[in-house]
Amino acid sequence: MKNLTALLLLLTLSLGVAASEGVKLQKASIDIANSASLQRGAKHFVTYCLGCHSIKHIRYLRIALDIDVDPKKVLKDIAPEGANIYDQLHSAMNAHDAEKWFGTQPPDLSLIARSRGADWLYSYLKSYYIDPKSPRGVNNLIFEDTAMPNPLWQLQGDQYAEPRKNIWGHEYTNLVTKEVGTLSDGEFEIFVNDLVNFLVYVGEPVQLERQRIGKYVIFFILMLIVLAYLLKKEYWKNIH
Amino acid sequence: MKRSRITECNDWFLERFPLTKLWNEHMTHYYAPKNFNFWYFFGSLALLVLVNQILTGIFLTMNYKPDAKLAFDSVEYIMRDVNWGWLIRYMHSTGSSAFFIVVYLHMFRGLLYGSFKHPRELVWIFGMLLFVALMAEAFMGYLLPWGQMSYWGAQVIISLFSAIPVIGDDLSLWLRGDYVVSDATLNRFFAFHVIAVPLALVMLVFLHIVALHEVGSNNPDGIEIKESKDPWGHPVDGIPFHPYYTVKDLVGVGVFLLFFATIIFYMPEMGGYFLEHANFIPADPMKTPEHIAPVWYFTPFYAILRAIPDKFAGVIGMGGAIVVLFLLPWLDRSPVKSIRYRGGIYKKALCLFVISFLALGYLGTQPATPTATIVARFFTAIYFGFFLLMPLYTRWEKTKPVPKRLTSVHSIEEQLPALIEEIVHIKHGSSEIGHAAFKGASFTITPNPKGIKNVLGRLVKNIKGSLD
Repeated sequence: MKNLTALLLLLTLSLGVAASEGVKLQKASIDIANSASLQRGAKHFVTYCLGCHSIKHIRYLRIALDIDVDPKKVLKDIAPEGANIYDQLHSAMNAHDAEKWFGTQPPDLSLIARSRGADWLYSYLKSYYIDPKSPRGVNNLIFEDTAMPNPLWQLQGDQYAEPRKNIWGHEYTNLVTKEVGTLSDGEFEIFVNDLVNFLVYVGEPVQLERQRIGKYVIFFILMLIVLAYLLKKEYWKNIH
Repeated sequence: MKRSRITECNDWFLERFPLTKLWNEHMTHYYAPKNFNFWYFFGSLALLVLVNQILTGIFLTMNYKPDAKLAFDSVEYIMRDVNWGWLIRYMHSTGSSAFFIVVYLHMFRGLLYGSFKHPRELVWIFGMLLFVALMAEAFMGYLLPWGQMSYWGAQVIISLFSAIPVIGDDLSLWLRGDYVVSDATLNRFFAFHVIAVPLALVMLVFLHIVALHEVGSNNPDGIEIKESKDPWGHPVDGIPFHPYYTVKDLVGVGVFLLFFATIIFYMPEMGGYFLEHANFIPADPMKTPEHIAPVWYFTPFYAILRAIPDKFAGVIGMGGAIVVLFLLPWLDRSPVKSIRYRGGIYKKALCLFVISFLALGYLGTQPATPTATIVARFFTAIYFGFFLLMPLYTRWEKTKPVPKRLTSVHSIEEQLPALIEEIVHIKHGSSEIGHAAFKGASFTITPNPKGIKNVLGRLVKNIKGSLD
């Protein structure tokens, strides 16, 4: 029995060591109750992403209702010229052209935050660096040889990869900004965070609603448990 | 006295249909042992979840499109544009995981108290058929959202059939209706998922309950309550299922719903276990995901499949892991049913089995590294060892004498006041300035280290004692 326990312990330990690898992700601060951040994120998305990526599972009207903005304001400030409030956010790019230019079709981003996770998106958008060997001139630390060029390069500036060693001798890559962009580091972080926040909202627009309703449902169930328990006690008082 | 119209209708109906007889037979005159504990909630909960799945499933089919081009988008349409569609879909997706949690605990109860043993072998067989039907139902339902994991999971599992010698390739082609998982596969899986398998499930539930009510429920003491009856022919230790267990199960339902609602409203993905991240990407037959794993409830069996080096042997191993459960009533040779009166060997074996099942479940979600494969082989051996060595160790072990009547164990709610008194000091405050009326009400609670030590010591001693 003792030997067996020792063996089990050993096995679980060896599993734990084998598990960790890969680049560490940076943490995005997600708050989909923050309407201002969502508005900015929506605006950024339409300006920088919608050219290639659609988010076909949402309409401008739904965005207006959910983030509590007048639909007219959404059309004026966020949506591109000529959009209808009932339109879904379709990209204007032709699939055939996309295939020719990028070798692949840019994916629809409606659910990207649910498949990749907010932290991944946040780190990905911040981890482009200049790589002369890559056909696009840039590469990405999080997603090597990504087909997407860096859409935010003007804002962020140019980053270069520098190999470093930590105190234990493990090698890692550090990104250093050599040419500053139009935004400062802090401003750029907020920019990317707003964009990711918007994508998290788009992934599941009902999030806030379900959390709000959940409180009432759980309160109701707690009451049900109390009543059911008292009823059971009453019925069972003579059973020994 | 003039009979009212309602009574007349009632009588007209009852003369033609034995409703009262059925109700009495299965509810008010069905005597169940009075000492059911925590483990006995899961049968009624499984029925609740089945009803939930059928009702939410009906509403989902109203908006779902079983078409490879439309399926994925129709699910998102349900999540966003159908009124309350998100709630119905989350109830269905959480319900499928809840179904397996409840059923695994229900089956574990059988292992604890020997509910599969004579005379309940057929109840167990029907239950196992239900389990197999449930796995088929879950597997086919999982293809319907048409995400990457749906698609590649189905691809991997169906390709297992091609490992069968001679007929394998033709068989898997026949099952898929195409050379790869495609629209044809999606359509037939939809048909099986929404009508064929649910019908089988409902019929098997009916058979499971009829067989149970014929032989009577087992209990934590594993003795037959029908053997001691009162002068009126009712079991002395039995109580009518209705109202006693209907009101008790209602409490269980409440607690279950509390967990269920918390998951639906606050963590519907359950960290990627109930709804997997990769399944939010539409199915792409040209792009294989780097890591394919089934949903959590299949992972113990998937880990067994991967642990065995040869593909066909692996398929046999995975099937065998389920077939061996059917044989349980005949593998167990112990003269007693309940774990309370079994010897230490069975307790230790069951403990190892639970560890190996959980470990295999974990390993099934992880990539198959060489170390992980060796560990999985070790636990696969324990899994099969538990069943295949059972005829030997259950015959050898020394069992304890079984009482004639049910033993009374104090329930947790009865033990709680004494326990609280032991682990904390309750000091009634006597504040000088306090009003006389508040004196009784103010008290301070401080933990009592000696009492806590006693309680823990007793717990350890009990566990150690019960294993021998």
